[in-house]
Parts: sequence; C-alpha cells; structure tokens
Amino acid sequence: NTAQKKNKTENCLSSPKTDMFPAGLRVLVVDDDPTWLKILEKMLKKCSYEVTTCCLAREALDLLRERKDGFDIVISDVNMPDMDGFKLLEHVGLEMDLPVIMMSVDGETSRVMKGVQHGACDYLLKPIRMKELRNIWQHVFRKKIHEVRDIECHDILDDFQMMRNRSDQSDDVHLSSGGDLTVRKRKDVEHKHDDKELGDPSSAKKARVVWSVDLHQKFVKAVNQIGFEKVGPKKILDLMNVPLLTRENVASHLQKYRLYLSRLQKENETKSSFTSIKHSDSSSKDSTGSFSLQNSVCAQQTDAATGGYGCSANNMLAQKVDRGICNTESKGIISMPKTEHKNLLEDISDPQKASSSSHICFSHSFRSVERGVAYSAFHYSIPAQYSWSSPGTQFNFRQECRSPLHETDSSPLSQLPGFQRHIQVDHLQPAVSVNINPPMTEKDKLRNVKIDPVYAKCSSTNPSNMTSVARTADSFLNQFDIHKAVKTQVLEPTSTVKLNMKIEGLNQDSIYNLEPTQKSLNLGDESNFVSLNEDVHVQRLEGDGYPVNVGGYNIEVWDQNDPPKLTGDVPLHLYDMLRFDFDYLHDSMECPIIEEGLYIA
Amino acid sequence: GYLDDQFVQLEELQDHANPNFVEEVVALFYKDSSRLLLNIDQALEKKPLEFTKLDGYMHQFKGSSSSIGAKKVKAECTLFRDYCRAGNAEGCMRTFQQLKKEYATLRKKLEAYFQ
Repeated sequence: NTAQKKNKTENCLSSPKTDMFPAGLRVLVVDDDPTWLKILEKMLKKCSYEVTTCCLAREALDLLRERKDGFDIVISDVNMPDMDGFKLLEHVGLEMDLPVIMMSVDGETSRVMKGVQHGACDYLLKPIRMKELRNIWQHVFRKKIHEVRDIECHDILDDFQMMRNRSDQSDDVHLSSGGDLTVRKRKDVEHKHDDKELGDPSSAKKARVVWSVDLHQKFVKAVNQIGFEKVGPKKILDLMNVPLLTRENVASHLQKYRLYLSRLQKENETKSSFTSIKHSDSSSKDSTGSFSLQNSVCAQQTDAATGGYGCSANNMLAQKVDRGICNTESKGIISMPKTEHKNLLEDISDPQKASSSSHICFSHSFRSVERGVAYSAFHYSIPAQYSWSSPGTQFNFRQECRSPLHETDSSPLSQLPGFQRHIQVDHLQPAVSVNINPPMTEKDKLRNVKIDPVYAKCSSTNPSNMTSVARTADSFLNQFDIHKAVKTQVLEPTSTVKLNMKIEGLNQDSIYNLEPTQKSLNLGDESNFVSLNEDVHVQRLEGDGYPVNVGGYNIEVWDQNDPPKLTGDVPLHLYDMLRFDFDYLHDSMECPIIEEGLYIA
Repeated sequence: GYLDDQFVQLEELQDHANPNFVEEVVALFYKDSSRLLLNIDQALEKKPLEFTKLDGYMHQFKGSSSSIGAKKVKAECTLFRDYCRAGNAEGCMRTFQQLKKEYATLRKKLEAYFQ
C-alpha cells in the first residue's frame, strides 16, 4: 500500500498527462464476477486507462477513501454480495463525488432508472463493448465542467493535470459561517478568484460550491426547521441565507442528503451493534463506510467534493460534544453538532453504546476537498459509534508523544465487553497510506478507539479564526476510549502535505502498517509533544497562502483482553477509516510505525 | 453458434501482454459458473423453491455466461428467470436441465477450441 501510494505520487508528480488525455484516466472497477473483472481490466487497459479492480463494494469504498484523489471514475456492477451497488453509488456520490457508471446483465428499465436516480452517470449492459468503455472519460469531463462554471476548456484540461498531480487544489468557493465566500486558489492554473467578498478581481473562472461542514450544518438546520417532509430547495435556500448559493446547489445537495438519510435510517433499523468495515470479516455487517450506523451514529455526510463530514455522536456524548462544538468560523474547528442530527441518532439505550461518545474535533480549512485532503468516514463501533468524514480538509498533524494508555475505568468502556485494542500511532507518513490493520483472528471484538484531538487549530487568512480544540482534548481523554495519536507533519511553508492515514479496522489480513515520518520538519521542539496548544502552521499550497493548522489526534485503540501482539481481534466495525490526505510534494519517509508508535496494552 | 460476439471481443483483447487471455478468462468462467451451478442445484432441492434466491443465483450465472458470450446458455438463463418470477417450479426445473445440457456442450466446444 505504501509502495503503491508512493509510486503513484511519484508518477503523478512526474508527468502531467494532459496531452495524452484521456489516457491514464484512473478507473476503479468493482464487480464480484471474477471473469468480468478480468475482462474489464483488460479492456480498460487497452484504452490506456489506469485500472484498479475490486471484487467487493466495501473494499472499493475503502480504496476510494484511502486514495481520496486517486481515482477519476468508478465502474461498478449493480449486484454485489456485500453491498448493493446502488448504495455504493450513493456513497461515492456523497463522499467522493466521482462519476459512477453502473453495469449489469439486467437491463430492465426500472433498474436503469433506479441507477440514474441514485446518481449513476451511465448504465451499461453486459456484455460491455470496448467502445462503451472508451467513452467513459466524457463523464469525468462533463462532471468537471458542471462543477466549474464559466470555465474555459483548457482550464478543464489543467484540471485533469491537477488531478493527476494529485496536488492540486481546485478553486472552490467556500461558504463560511458568516456567509462569506472564500476562494481557494488553484495551485497551478491561472489564479482566478471568484471572491466578491474579499474584493479579489473577479475572473471568468468561478469556483464550485464546496459544502463545508459549516455550510452543511446550515443546510441541515434549515431542513430540520422546515421539516423534512416539506422541505424544498427554495425554502432551504431562503432559510440558509447564504449569499451566492444557488437553488441548484441546494437542490443537488438535498438530493444527495435525502438518499443518504434514507439509507441511514434503513440501516439504523436493521443494523447489528457492530459496524463492519472490512468485508472479509464482516459478512453480515452492513455497515456503510462512512455512515456507520451503529447505535448513536449520527452521520452527517456531505459530498466529498464539498468538504463534508459525517459524524456520529451519541446522546451521552451530547454534553461533551457540545463542549467540543467548536465554532465553525470560516476555518474553524469542526465538531459534530449532534443536536442537529438527533433524529439520525439511533437509540442509545444500549449501555454499551451509550458509553463511549467519540468526538472528534479538528479544524480544517475548507479547502479544496477533493484534491487536497480527504477526511473520510471515520467511525467506530461500540462504544464509539462514529461516522465521520470530512473530505477536503488539510491537516497538520503535530507530533505527539505517546501518552500512556488510558484505562478510564470510569469510562463507559469498562462496560464494554470484548476487546479493546490499544494502538497508538505516533507518526504519520505523509503521502502514504497509513493503515492500521491489525491482523485479526476474530471478528467481533470490541475495539475502543479513542479519539482525542489533541489540538486543532485552523487558520486561514484570518488568524483570528484559529480556534483551539485543545481545551476539549483533555475532556475527551477522560470521556472517550479512543485515542488516536497522530504525529503531525510540519511542512515547509510552500509545500503541501498530503497525509494519508487510514486506520483500517479489522481485517484478518491486515496488519498494522503505519509509516510515520521521521522528519519532523519545522516543528521546532519535537519533544514538545504534550503541549496541546502548539501551533503548527503549514502553508498549504504554493500560491495558496492559506496556512492550515491541524489538530493532532491521539488514537489509541487498545485491546484489553488481548495480550500485546498485533494479531489482535479487532472488530472491523470499529472504525472504518480515518483518512487524512495530504499532498506531500517532498519525499515521504517511510518508517515502519509498528516499531515506534504501536503498542498494545 | 454457441458463442456470440463477446467471444470475438475476447480474442481481440488477447495480445502480447496477455497471450493466453482467452484461455484464462474461460478458466475463470468455468470456476465461477461451476460454483453457481452447484448453488442452483442445491437450491432446487429445497422444497418449496425459493424463487428469489434462485433468481439471484441465475442472475449471477447469466452475468458469468455473458462474459464469454455463451449465447445459448444465456438464453436458458433468461428463461429460467422468467419462470422464477412466475413462480413456476416446473418450468424452472425443466429449464435448468436444459441449461445444464447447453453448458456441457459449451464446455466441450471450448475444449476443442483450445486444442
């Protein structure tokens, strides 16, 4: 995984493929039929596309989240054993906003219609012809065009170049809480802003709307106010009162939200207490990647391309969460306003679930979601049912010293049966996928993942917007059983950090694989781990000029019953993944984190 | 014709990079389809028939057959599914027998092809 990621990064950085477009289009094919998978792979390769295959939907979602910027388009079969193809479609649409093509041997109109309704940009019938596959690039292209208004053709091609370089930032319009529009510059392309508020020179190129956490909150608030049944784009738009947001923006977001909610509710009703992440172990679990609806999972999911996030908080957590509800200033900390999602929360009567409330606070700049950073769904199973995804955020992770394992007896965790595995990740490897995949022998162990956002700061052009989550961190230490320690990576001012951290739960084949970086750049005093208020500034992208600070996380997942060894049984469901994407233009160091940052109590 | 256009496509896909492509694909098909046939066989022994389940299996099998262009087999699949939806157990059983025959014939033809 690391190697792959590294290669990919290098490849991307080395050669812009604009002239060869659409060659090199990165396609993810998902199909449970091995014969078709092989055929499609070959066909796509013949089209000079870059193919990745998957035979399970869950695997596909994992991959997509892991490489937030790693794919241009997804082709998926409608019928798959572990997850309905339509559901996958929804997820991809919400989280990653990639074009998805459905396939099936069944061409019944009703099915095709369903596909389109769920957002498929095409529906192919098997047997699939080469020429059909050759043309799929147009869907990628079209999506790009629609997202960027008034864009000129060559700019779109630049877009693709950006995509490939995986270090681009699209010029997105971020709607902050104050209703101000902030625009992120595109890295390479001519810097055009569409930022009326800031008084930047307007340009022909407008940016697409990014559904920031803040914005999405407003949206949800409006929806709840109106009443979900009576809701309509116009009403929502009016209530939200965000300048420059159009009815279409709201309409399309509403559609996604609706789909997502209906799926959520269905799962809430039928789900077991564990969320499963990896199919390999969780055959029966039908957890959604980003919306882990295990008890008290409130997932607020927004479109990946729009910096959404999903979070779940359980009622018990309410108080705590509130504390953690950071202000969502233009680049404020994002916390989970669970109040808004109460209706989505599952019943928390179960003591198990009731216990842990996980709360992640982190700040991120609402930058270009899709390219820059991706914060994927991050959910834990009992006790901390957590589903959270916030793509498009950039983070600086501070280096954290290892804190001792917290056995918070007072914590609800003690009520939890099963195992809790303690894992501490010290380092985070930039540009590398960090997988915490303990090899597991048994499925259903509880894992407590404690998330402790050590500190989160965020700054944009307004340093005053920085909010520290530090204060909430401590409170979490006691409350939550999940600690996630992530070393922050401080980059040189002009570099962008791409940090891929995927904490993959529990896969029988998985191993803890965290590659920390030894480089602690400009962090100054590395030993200064404990200080929760350390400021880490990272200039995002060249030309961007938006320093971003990121909260560090303490992730400790401990396995009570399991002796310290990596072959623990960690419930897959515990958490899906937490992904931070950083584009790290410079060398990424790879150090096996297992030696350093991993210890199991 | 037991194999349709799809098979031709497979042949066209074969190249230097994958010199045994067709053979590999067919091998995968055998493996997958055998498994599915077994599932269907077993399901057909459960009485009363679980039509939804059968339909599901057959859907998969149809998909598999389409991968190599097994025309006749595919036709039987469609027929089988129609019977499933109609809840016609008799029809299902009959069609399945027919399907197995076609499948067997197909395999023979393919073996000959690869000689």
